[in-house]
Amino acid sequence: MNRIPVLRMGRFLLVTVQMDLDDSTAAQLEEDLTTGIVKHRAEGVLIDISGLDFVDSFIGRTLVGIASSSRLLGAETVVVGMRSAVAITLIELGIAMNGVRTALNVERGMELLSGLVGGGRPGDGG
Amino acid sequence: MEISVSLSSLLEEHRDELLSDWAEALRSATTRRADLISDEQVRVEAKQFITLLARATRTGTADLEGSDWDELRGLLGDVSRSRALAGFTPSEIATFVFSFKEPLFDLLSKAAADGGNAQALLADNWRANLLLDRLGLYTTEVYQSAREEIIRRQQQEMLELSTPVVKLWDQILAVPLIGTMDSERTQVVMESLLEMISETSAAFAVIDITGVPTVDTLVAQHLLKTAAAARLMGAEVIISGIRPQIAQTVVQLGVELPEVTTKASIADAFALALRRLGWTVSRNEKA
Repeated sequence: MNRIPVLRMGRFLLVTVQMDLDDSTAAQLEEDLTTGIVKHRAEGVLIDISGLDFVDSFIGRTLVGIASSSRLLGAETVVVGMRSAVAITLIELGIAMNGVRTALNVERGMELLSGLVGGGRPGDGG
Repeated sequence: MEISVSLSSLLEEHRDELLSDWAEALRSATTRRADLISDEQVRVEAKQFITLLARATRTGTADLEGSDWDELRGLLGDVSRSRALAGFTPSEIATFVFSFKEPLFDLLSKAAADGGNAQALLADNWRANLLLDRLGLYTTEVYQSAREEIIRRQQQEMLELSTPVVKLWDQILAVPLIGTMDSERTQVVMESLLEMISETSAAFAVIDITGVPTVDTLVAQHLLKTAAAARLMGAEVIISGIRPQIAQTVVQLGVELPEVTTKASIADAFALALRRLGWTVSRNEKA
């Protein structure tokens, strides 16, 4: 089974999806991320999906699920680099991904994430 | 349906007689359009029609799609198209074929009277009748498909013309929408806007609907979809150019545009986008 690596970068976790996700890989990613947030006391998660050019409703829901559970664990999620075809597909599927923050590329996503968690919770980390 | 082979020889033998009868019928027909086409031209076409009909019926197959009928179909196609362009109505075009019935039936009954077989006359008459009906309908089909082709081409041209995405400033795009929005156009707008967003790394896209005559629930929904898709890519959509009547209509329809920023004019939307990106516009003191 493919496994998407979860990288730690300071206070954030970084995930780069470079291939099309299948259901089990997506579910595994969700699990890895949530355990990773707790383990590293992360305050933010950045998911780069610029390599993803195929989505279905399950992948869409998984992304929403990751964002919701991260928030419960005290971390903000930003999804970056979504392709236009993917965005259209998700909208047509009726998955508006409310509650998931988005940015155009990794750089802007990092800015957004830093802004979101910037002033918060000094020292306690979660 | 089989065609009696004798029809072919009959047509060939009596061609000149048929032609003069038919030309007479066409001249006196109420659908004659001497202003659009000369009698001489009609006569040439009628002569070709009889020749090709005789050739096509020689083999006895009545399948109009068959290769025996290629030439006749080609002639009728040309006749129908050129007359459609000249401004004929479909019934005027079809009458060209239908008016051949009378001279043909006269001929058939004369031939049957010589042979003295009333039964055969009825059968031949009926077959010829069916055949001419189908040929007449074929001209209408050609007419219609020619029209549809024109409509399709115009639609395509309109689609290409009407959806420019322009760059207003670094990271700010604008789409001035003009004309009625249907789902096909919205799709094109959405795709080209999202393409441009990822190409130019734009953070804001202003959709200006000053040129959209009416906004109904469907259009509103399309706008929302576009805004949501842009948001997924990390850009924000501002809708501008909502005229007072349209604002009232939208409210009366009960449509809400949640999570989408709206502004009255494209200037306001542009100013908002500049402000959000941290720009300030200031005017130089006059020297």
